[in-house]
This record gives sequence, C-alpha cells and structure tokens, in this order.
Amino acid sequence: MDVEITLRVNGTEHRLAVDTRTTVLDALRERLGITSAKKGCDHGQCGACTVLLDGRRANSCLALAVAHQGAEIVTAEGLTGDGRLHPLQSSFIEHDAFQCGYCTPGQIVSAVGMLREADEGWPSAVSGAADRDGVALDREEIRERMSGNLCRCAAYANIVSAIAEVARR
Amino acid sequence: MKPFRYEHADDVSGAIAMLARAPRGAFLAGGTNLVDLMKLEVATPDVLVDVRHLTSDRIEELADGGLRIGAAVPNSDLAANRAVRRRYPVLSEAVLAGASGQLRNVATTAGNLLQRTRCVYFQDVTTPCNKREPGSGCSAREGFHRELAILGWSEQCIATHPSDMAVAMVALDAVVLTQGANGPRRIPLTELHRLPGQQPERDTVLEHGELITAVDLPPLAFATRSRFRKVRDRASYAFALVSVAAALDVADGVVRDVRVALGGVAHKPWRATRAEAALRGAPATERSFVDAAAAELADARPLPGNAFKVPVARGAIVRTLLDLLEVQR
Repeated sequence: MDVEITLRVNGTEHRLAVDTRTTVLDALRERLGITSAKKGCDHGQCGACTVLLDGRRANSCLALAVAHQGAEIVTAEGLTGDGRLHPLQSSFIEHDAFQCGYCTPGQIVSAVGMLREADEGWPSAVSGAADRDGVALDREEIRERMSGNLCRCAAYANIVSAIAEVARR
Repeated sequence: MKPFRYEHADDVSGAIAMLARAPRGAFLAGGTNLVDLMKLEVATPDVLVDVRHLTSDRIEELADGGLRIGAAVPNSDLAANRAVRRRYPVLSEAVLAGASGQLRNVATTAGNLLQRTRCVYFQDVTTPCNKREPGSGCSAREGFHRELAILGWSEQCIATHPSDMAVAMVALDAVVLTQGANGPRRIPLTELHRLPGQQPERDTVLEHGELITAVDLPPLAFATRSRFRKVRDRASYAFALVSVAAALDVADGVVRDVRVALGGVAHKPWRATRAEAALRGAPATERSFVDAAAAELADARPLPGNAFKVPVARGAIVRTLLDLLEVQR
C-alpha cells in the first residue's frame, strides 16, 4: 500500500511514494541512494543503521518511514561540512577505530548523538541517577553509552579512544 | 512483513474509534518492539493507528506531590528528568539499565509497559507457542528456558515480561491511566499485567483499542532512597535474568516501610508483597533481608535451565537492601 511521503535528509527534502512497510533505513538506502547507514541485524540490536532523528540518535531499521515524515534525518554523509570531516570522523581515522568499516557510520552518528546527550547532563547506568554537574566521559562511561553499537571486528578499544579524544575537547 | 494501512487520528478519541473498527489493528507509538515483531511476522496488524503525537510527552507535577508521566514520554527523557532522578531514583536507574541509547530515545513510556516477551519461541513463528498461537503448545518448557519464569507460570506459558522500567514502577505503586470505548480507567500497575494461566496470549487486562494515556507515580517520600539492580549476561544492553527494584525506610534500626519488586522472574513485573510483609517492623539486618527473600521465593518453581535464578534473585534482593541500608547510615 503506497503512500506519498516527504523525508528531510541531510538538509534536503525528498518526495517519494513508499510502501507503508518501508523503514527509514530502506528508504535511505534503496530509494534515495544514501548508503552510509548500514543494514546489520535489521532488528534494532546492532546499531549499524543509526541516524539522527530530529537531533537524537535512533535505529532507522525500526522506524517506519510513513511515521517520520517531516523529521530531520541526519546520516554520516550529513556530518561533513564543506568537504571537511566531522571531528569524530577524523578521530576515528587517527585512532584506527575500525577494521572492516561496516559499523563505522553508525558508530560515528551514534557518538555524535551520545556527546549531545552527555552535554545535556543525561545520566547513564554507569553514572547513576544522582544529579551531577556535567558528565565526565571516561572510558567506562563511553562503553556504556555506546553499548547499542556492536562491532564484529571488535575494534572497541580504538573506538572508545577515538570518542574519548573528541569528548575531551 | 504483512501489508498494512497506516492511519493518523486527530486526537485520542479518534484513534480509539479507528481501532474499534479494526479488530486486527494496533496502535503504533515508538515502534521499537512492534515494528520488529511485524518483521518477524509475530505481529500481523492490518492497520496501524499512529498515536505517537496524540498523548502527552511531558512529565507534570500532581497536586498530591506525585508525578504524571505522559504515555509518549521517551524512555531517555524519563530517565533524565530531574524530578524523577531526585524523588524516584530507582525509576531512572531502571530505565537506564534497559535497551540502548538509540532505543531509549524512541521507545515510549506506554510502549515500554506493553512490550512483548523476548522468549525465543514467541519470536520464532516456526515453533509452537501458546502466547503467539493459542493451543499450539509451549516449546520453552522442555526447550531453551534459561531466561524464563520461576514464579507464577502456568503449564501453557513460562514467558517473562522483559521491561526494567515496569519493575521500578510496580515497586512505586504506579497507576496506569487509559482511555477506551467504555471511557477512562485508572489501573494499578500491579494489576495491568496478567499471569499466563489459561490465556497466555493476553499480556495485560487492557481491552482491544484501549489506549494508555499516562502513568501516575504517587508521592513516596522514602523513594529518594531507592535502587535498581539488574543481573544479566552482558554488562550492558541485555535483558534481565533477574532484577530488583527496592526502596527502604529505616528508623531506629527497624524497617518502617519498604517496597520490593522483581523483574525477569514472571509473566508480569513481580511485586514482592511477601518479602515486604516479612520486613515491615523487622530489624534492618542482613538476617531479616535473607529471611524476606526466602519468604518471597518459597513458591518458586524453577525449571532445569533456570534454577540458578532462585539463588540469584535471593542474592540480588539482599544485596539491594543492604546497599539501601548503607545509604541511610
């Protein structure tokens, strides 16, 4: 059952007709040719499909496109400005924070969302519910807050280092 | 995924009316569980009525000193809310113990309560499952049931309710507000979820088309001293094998009041009323905590693959209460 929808991706508006079953992930990859968000598990368990939905990180494989019309969607492609890499993208390269690279766009977009959450003082299972002034993103905090992104190559040690460096700035 | 129609309504009553006309339809909120179950064809609604923007996404003060949590409040907003963290830390901790950052950003308060069991047979349409297909049999009783129930299960179903958030809310005497074809209802959260009995296909007492609009937390002064402890296979991003939500009020070395609830042990978030009864008026000592845990677990009927949950639950109850006792000193 096709429905006409509008999706705003990386600042550009797209009109398209989609089957109601189409997820944001499939709309991005199969219809709009925006392929940085990856289909890993397709069940919200691996985080390879992570995008920013209205500024918050989310699993695009579990988001129906028809239900997210008008949302501002940002993928890894949308993090670069004027051909310059986002600080997290540069840091992932500097720290060799990947092997095969399949989970990398999801890791980086998730890290962008995670750093915003920490800036807003959001707690975590590591820091606990207590109200504190700011969140100190040590390695344990980063691991907990990034636990929704799996890496089958197990590049975790360098992923944490890459994020920690940007978090310190 | 089976084809379905996607519908919007202007308001809650419109959405309820739409679903009343669609016996095989379902409400859609965050979709983090429902869309997954539709991919697996465990859920096959023919129409989705999107309610994500119809109920409140705010947390408000109640006149009695409690809080009202809108049904559409994302899990991450609930966990980060300053009033929740200060007055009901167990609830913030429980939400943070569940899922991932991505999922908590999208999953809603009502959706969290209504998520389905993660029993592997329920999620696999090639196997018998009385919850998914009544009368087909239970594959878990003699299969993989390490993660399943030790309390309150029936011959038909040994599923567990997967929510962490609900365990804390049950301990806090939360009340669920609903709207349906027969008007509004206030349902104590302890009575929202059912034990499986002869009807494992029914997770809750909600009628078809009845919509959760909010969850009320009554005031509970000593909940400022409350904690959530979760035992699981991984350090993060895994469902509970056993969880404990507890609040403890001690005066002059005696337990004046207490709330205890368990997760990962039954078809519903399990309010530990026996442990609470054993503790009220008892000396606030490890001995009392051990006795209370034993009283709660006396009726446990573990299966070969999940017998470890009984000592794990006992230890988790005792450790959580000892932690709270430490905080009071």
